[in-house]
Amino acid sequence: MTETLALTWRQYRLERRLFWRNPTAAFFNFFLPLLFLALFGAIFSSNQNDLDVIVPGIAGLAVMSTTFSALAHNLVFLREQGVLKRMRGTPLPGTAYLGGILANAVTNAAVQIALIVLAGRLFFGVGWPEDWLELAVFVVAGVGCLAALGIAYAHVIPNFDAAPAYVNIVFLPVIFISGVFYDVENAPQFLRDIAQALPLTHVINGLSGAMVTGAGLQHHLSDLLVVALWAAAGAFFAVRGFSWDQRRS
Amino acid sequence: MATGAPAILVRDLRKAYGEHEAVRGIDFDVAPGEVFGLLGPNGAGKTTTVEILEGYRARDAGIVSVLGHDPQQRPRALRARVGIVLQSTGMYRHIRVREAIAHWGGFYAHPRDVDEVLEIAGLTEKAGAMARTLSGGQMRRLDFALALVGDPELIFLDEPTTGFDPAARRAAWDAIRSLQDLGKTVVLTTHYLDEAQALCDRVAIVKEGRILEMGPPAALGAGASRYRVVWRDERGLLHERELEDPTALLHQLTSAALARGDGLRDISVTRPSLEDVYLELTAEKAVGRD
Repeated sequence: MTETLALTWRQYRLERRLFWRNPTAAFFNFFLPLLFLALFGAIFSSNQNDLDVIVPGIAGLAVMSTTFSALAHNLVFLREQGVLKRMRGTPLPGTAYLGGILANAVTNAAVQIALIVLAGRLFFGVGWPEDWLELAVFVVAGVGCLAALGIAYAHVIPNFDAAPAYVNIVFLPVIFISGVFYDVENAPQFLRDIAQALPLTHVINGLSGAMVTGAGLQHHLSDLLVVALWAAAGAFFAVRGFSWDQRRS
Repeated sequence: MATGAPAILVRDLRKAYGEHEAVRGIDFDVAPGEVFGLLGPNGAGKTTTVEILEGYRARDAGIVSVLGHDPQQRPRALRARVGIVLQSTGMYRHIRVREAIAHWGGFYAHPRDVDEVLEIAGLTEKAGAMARTLSGGQMRRLDFALALVGDPELIFLDEPTTGFDPAARRAAWDAIRSLQDLGKTVVLTTHYLDEAQALCDRVAIVKEGRILEMGPPAALGAGASRYRVVWRDERGLLHERELEDPTALLHQLTSAALARGDGLRDISVTRPSLEDVYLELTAEKAVGRD
């Protein structure tokens, strides 16, 4: 057990070092959400209500891009390159490997949330989070849920060339429907219905409650439940469908 | 060769992909410290066999024991004692050579010294280079290094030199011989006959999922073993004859030449090479099957 933890830690540290050496990954997983925040923050700067929507919305986007998009992308690449297969032939436990890349995604998400909270406070008139506990709960739930879905989704993507299209065909509609950039209440009914079924909407609800309204965790239990259900489904397919090897075509 | 339990034991191994039977009943043993080669054309079932031994694939039928374990269960204790060089050579793009070897070493309880591994693999000068900047040959050396760093007893090499230029091949062969000198058991697949001949203690010729023949490269085809004698006669004509025992012919040729007061020109006595045996076997069986 302690050995597996030690190996997870080593893998995590390797992933951290490699992350910053890859400019593409660093840009898409790190600077893009911050860029969105700066742009939309500037566009909506005259209206505090809009800013109160956009800041938790971008926080939700950051959680999704650092976990779902990044993991689906990276795992397809590593699978196609044969790195996963190579890892599988060593005594490194699978849990230590997955734990390492998961912890890497969590770190990216946590750093982003911290930067977004800070930027919201300094530049966009959003106060410090009202409920730190709720913030932590929804970040952890969102990261776990979307990371599991990203790992599961990697299994669907046939090869690395197709990965950007496969990832964005999910990522882009989801961030628009889930109310990253506007208040979902203003959307047409059918989009609101779809949004209610998606996990990111509920992650953003929870983040919004924690960062802006201060409604408290007890008012977002149904959101937490939806996220948990998606997380359970994601974890099931992530473990069940996980392939270390590129399929032979 | 050491006595006792074989490092690898395979009995009536079978594996199909859908309708296609890739492996159709293979039997062999590999002794500890032996270099064993699976030789055959592409699609013969070599990689499928090796990947079953490595624990990557589940077999359909048969008995397989690798260092006393069933590789299909993928016990960690087995993975700790085995080094694998896969056919594909993928790696993190942004990892440095030394960093990769050190990281891989950390997976094992008693890794070899990183500098020593760099030395064996011939990567000392590339220690600080990023993996993505390595040439194909250098990448293959990194594959060796990563398979070696855990100080495994048994090493699998799946087509270790495919796509190499001649100099890189020689370097790889030296590296494989050094594994043998270290007392490692080696199982390699290749479709290069010279490679099997140069490296292997024993070779199994595989085609269409079956072993056609197995033995030391020099003794392969021993059943049909014959000598080929080539010489030029006094009129300058070239003769060639294949026979089981060349003693009488050679005696006749030398005494005739001595009687004429002439020398024997362009005489050669050769045994069939592994290549001759291989081509004969694979061609013959292919015709016999259809």
